[in-house]
Amino acid sequence: MFWTRLNFGKLQVGEHVALPLEDSVIRQLTKKERRLALLMLIFLGFIGAAMGILGRDDPLGIHGVLVFVAAILMVFFLGSEYYAPEPSNDRLARYYDDPSKVGIVMSMIWVVFGLAVGDWVAWLLVDPDLTFDAAWSSFGRIRPVHTTSVIFGFGGNALIATSFYVLQRTSRARLADQLSPWFVLVGYNLFCLIAVTGYLMGVTQSKEYAEPEWHADALLVVVWVTYFLIYLRTLARRKEPHIYVSNWYYMAFILVVAILHIVNNLAVPVSIGHAKSYSLFSGVQDAMTQWWYGHNAVAFFLTSGFLGMMYYYLPVRAGRPIFSYRLSIISFWGITFFYMWAGSHHLHYTALPQWVQTLGMTFSLMLLVPSWASASNALLTLNGAWHKVRDDATLRFMMVAAVFYGLSTFEGTFMAIRPVNSLSHYTDWTIGHVHAGALGWVAMITFGSIYASVPWLWKRERMYSAKLVEAHFWLALSGTAVYVFAMWNSGIIQGLMWRTYTESGTLAYSFIDSLIAMHPYYIARAIGGLLFLVGACIGAYNVWMTVKVPAAAMEKAEDTPLPMFPTGINVQPAE
Amino acid sequence: MFGFHYRLERKAIGLMLVIIVVSSIGGFVEIAPLFTIHQTVEDVPDMRLYTPLELAGRNIYVREGCYACHSQMIRTLRDEVDRYGPYSLAVESKYDHPMLWGSKRTGPDLARIGEKYSDEWHVAHLDNPRDVVPVSVMPAYRWLLRTELRIDDLGLHLKAQRAVGVPYTDDMIANAAADAYGQAVPDSRQAEGVAKRYGKATTIRLFDGRADQLTEMDALVAYLQILGRLTEAPYKAKAQIGETP
Repeated sequence: MFWTRLNFGKLQVGEHVALPLEDSVIRQLTKKERRLALLMLIFLGFIGAAMGILGRDDPLGIHGVLVFVAAILMVFFLGSEYYAPEPSNDRLARYYDDPSKVGIVMSMIWVVFGLAVGDWVAWLLVDPDLTFDAAWSSFGRIRPVHTTSVIFGFGGNALIATSFYVLQRTSRARLADQLSPWFVLVGYNLFCLIAVTGYLMGVTQSKEYAEPEWHADALLVVVWVTYFLIYLRTLARRKEPHIYVSNWYYMAFILVVAILHIVNNLAVPVSIGHAKSYSLFSGVQDAMTQWWYGHNAVAFFLTSGFLGMMYYYLPVRAGRPIFSYRLSIISFWGITFFYMWAGSHHLHYTALPQWVQTLGMTFSLMLLVPSWASASNALLTLNGAWHKVRDDATLRFMMVAAVFYGLSTFEGTFMAIRPVNSLSHYTDWTIGHVHAGALGWVAMITFGSIYASVPWLWKRERMYSAKLVEAHFWLALSGTAVYVFAMWNSGIIQGLMWRTYTESGTLAYSFIDSLIAMHPYYIARAIGGLLFLVGACIGAYNVWMTVKVPAAAMEKAEDTPLPMFPTGINVQPAE
Repeated sequence: MFGFHYRLERKAIGLMLVIIVVSSIGGFVEIAPLFTIHQTVEDVPDMRLYTPLELAGRNIYVREGCYACHSQMIRTLRDEVDRYGPYSLAVESKYDHPMLWGSKRTGPDLARIGEKYSDEWHVAHLDNPRDVVPVSVMPAYRWLLRTELRIDDLGLHLKAQRAVGVPYTDDMIANAAADAYGQAVPDSRQAEGVAKRYGKATTIRLFDGRADQLTEMDALVAYLQILGRLTEAPYKAKAQIGETP
């Protein structure tokens, strides 16, 4: 775990002027919490060992070793300050932000990794031999590494980090306890790590966006229930009578993802020593369950959670209240109700009974109403703050995210219409649509929120460099545009070539003809992705320098007798 | 309505319960009837099971993530029927846990690929697609030919399949490993058992062209060659024309 080396706690000494010693994560835990943490780690170690032994002939065994080693490392980390004095109760008068800080750092690590793998995958479609002669590096295994790293690694960590931050501010209450947020963060990242390493070894269910096998899925269930309990327990302590809109969205995100995840991943393992399992559902029922899951992973993971983010960070950054409270109620319940019907539009013209296809299309059309209600609520909130959008790239990230949200929900609705879908389905248009949403909406709102929260969390005046935020913004926007335009072109060309007939009534193009036509667009797509990746690297550097640089300046202040600034800052870069 | 909401948003548990109820309705209405309405999956008497070797090949297909680029679902559209063959019926993936309908065609649909190409073609193509299709962007699966197929646990796989509803018999489970071997080595003593348990129409061949070793290539080619051939139903159905949207 990187924070054993990083000693993260010391980064936020700023909050503990009066208590210079209580600075590390462990020192802030009470003795009782430390004991519980130790017991849980020992239990985790046992599970790892059991997986290692039972699955010794299987990739499951390697995951067992991974879990075991992770548990041992964390025991050492905990042991290093296990007997340190207990923290004073003063800490309870402040928000507990360390988990959010770690979440944001993990999120930046995952995004750089996930985008880099994604761009590699994109280049593989330009030249399929840009890889090693090894099973782990083939397209089919590293593509889910890309999707899981960006959706669950980047998106998930950002959601956890911001939800803890927003939950506390909007409730005016500190997180309910100090240990369970760490359980959620560590457990969640362990899940991502098991998932990603699993694909490289060929451990996958081949269910899109639900690829992790049963052992990873079980871990996620435990983590997720704990996550929701933190939410409920913290809400129970709130000083505000009303639960703020962001929290409705975060709650819907956690609850519905739990329902989807559990139902879609029901499976029977080959044995307790095998990572492989067989889905409980088959054929048409499995297809419907999978796309009920798949479409609502988009709805409740990639939309609902990030709308929660938007409803907090956008108005705060713009310094304007949300335009309409009633519009946010309508859009929230519209999204919560309509989305769950829309999954079957992924299965138009297939062996799924037509009544289900029709229902899916109908609800997809209705979905445009709450989606555009959210997007316009966000954009109208900016009325009176457009000069800030012009000058502040962070706010501009959020504004563009809202625009892309509006555009891709419109596109999604359009593509759900049966005749349109007959052209777009199975083509790169789908890939373009997904990336308009994922890059334009999800990543943009996240980067905006991260750039807003990093200075707040680390008590810095601003980001290390506003110019770099500006550079990131333009790289992200141009990268997204290049990507999406390339995929629109290739997708529509593909779809048209497949259905074109000659005058004599035969198909005009072979499949290979359509593949050759894709080549220039695949190059353009990979370049668009590269631009986006470079932007994210700049973002990661900027975040790192924001955390690091003022600290170096303050180290000088250590010598001065008046502790106007926090002392004892000691940052060791994680190499 | 807004008055009700004004009260609801003050109660965390209430909000939680309403979210659960409101979000559950859609899935319940669309998914539950698929299990109860009989017409959802066609009744086809000749639908056969995957042999252990084909199942092992299917698991390799799953492991390598082939679904990311190949669909196994021919839609009811005229151009798809003309290009790939009769459109897919629900019954054809009745024993597919999970289904591999896919969502993207970076490569062509594979629902009816079985017996369209020779074993030799598949072996050469999987080993390096550009040897047979120069402009292909498919990865080369060179390790399939040099990796021995694991068959000792196939009985457990069949047992798990039975647990999720695939009607494998005790006899099939007990002989899973032998059947897998026999199907890829026609001259062996085990080959007879395969035809006995899975039917005379079962393809028993040296899929990878070698008798000395049972490789992952054997299993994957055996699987690809059965795609679209588990039942005759789609070919017998009234002449399919397909829609023009």
